[in-house]
Amino acid sequence: MVQKLDYLKETPSQTAGPYVHIGLAPGDAGFDIYRQELGRDIAGPEATGERIKIQGQVLDGTGAPVKDVLIEVWQANAAGIYPGIGDVETGFRGWGRVIPDFETGEWSFATVKPAPVPGRGPGLMAPHINFWLVARGINVGLNTRLYFSDETAANETDPILNLIEQADRRDTLVARRDGSVYRFDIRLQGDKETVFFDV
Amino acid sequence: MTQPPDLYQRDREWHPPAYVQNYKTSVSRSPQNALLSLEPTLSEVAGPTFGHSDIASLDNDLIRNYAKTGDPIGERIILHGRVQDENGKPVPNTLVEIWQANAGGRYRHKKDTYLAAIDPNFGGCGRTLTDENGFYRFRTIKPGAYPWRNWINSWRPAHIHVSVFGSSFAQRLITQLYFEGDPLIAKCPIVNTIPDQRAIKQLVAALDLNTTVPLDSIAYKFDIVLRGHRSTYFENRPEGN
Repeated sequence: MVQKLDYLKETPSQTAGPYVHIGLAPGDAGFDIYRQELGRDIAGPEATGERIKIQGQVLDGTGAPVKDVLIEVWQANAAGIYPGIGDVETGFRGWGRVIPDFETGEWSFATVKPAPVPGRGPGLMAPHINFWLVARGINVGLNTRLYFSDETAANETDPILNLIEQADRRDTLVARRDGSVYRFDIRLQGDKETVFFDV
Repeated sequence: MTQPPDLYQRDREWHPPAYVQNYKTSVSRSPQNALLSLEPTLSEVAGPTFGHSDIASLDNDLIRNYAKTGDPIGERIILHGRVQDENGKPVPNTLVEIWQANAGGRYRHKKDTYLAAIDPNFGGCGRTLTDENGFYRFRTIKPGAYPWRNWINSWRPAHIHVSVFGSSFAQRLITQLYFEGDPLIAKCPIVNTIPDQRAIKQLVAALDLNTTVPLDSIAYKFDIVLRGHRSTYFENRPEGN
């Protein structure tokens, strides 16, 4: 016999279901209830840095868009600072909620491009935005990252991208630049499946 | 600028796996490749924060926050509990959001077409911040069971969806709360995505007569546990934590 380890167990996850918008984005469910919905403005009007738009679709294993997904994003500002860790511009939350169009599954959001942030070892991680996806059929929220196609040099030395054993799977995390818009499609399953992390 | 400490690894055998054949939508929405395990970086251990300016005073009262012509119909309940981490430490000032169907099992969502009626005085969502000791409280109506197209005769148990943040983005959690004694719990393919009965038990809110308001509202208690923070004593803080 041994002593008992007194750690609590984490509450188990369950799917967010098809009506996740009622709780987290009621305007999208079809009714106004809150004075302000959270997560609508990621960077705020005072944020410095390059203004960018990111858009894409989440696709299931059959290639169909996941129209009831809810995405949360989390990023540093244009100086590489996370809110809560250091000083950021007033109104810069670094966090937001992204809802697709229910007919097409296309989503987009506006923000500023983040700067590199420190990794665990020496050196910086390439600019990236953390993504967390929940939806009907997803039992535990999926973590992934968006990197930028015009940061080739930084991406080549990024410690996280370099953990991905198969080099062509790294490309699933790189959003393609076209003007000021980046395209980032997320494939949940199958051909060109996006890399998801256990963080 | 100090980095928050690492988190305990998530026990992926305690949580549901991505692919569960009986919960049909998971079949095409589950990755086939293994998750890539990361030692958390600043990007995962930092996380968004919320304050009282983000929410309004009635946001945690679902009996009042969408009342138009009177009270919603149904069983009035108080839902309360504590958010802690795996070390038993309370998680203060963290955002808890809930959403649910009305007493008849109908959601106020443009995609819900169930024939049970909408309640004109019930929205179905609420949010609050935990207090300095990690406690939260809502007032609502007990939701009804709800049919869904999984098998042709599948019914969800009465449930309330719960979303919690914690202090790290990697603590982010969405789950569902069930009610003590509901015979539908054991039949539900979504509940049964969780392989361990002890983990399922952790999602069942207990009837709490001590917190009822006599002649007004019955009460249920639902405690939430988020991932614990690891000590970094041996790694880079020889001076201690």
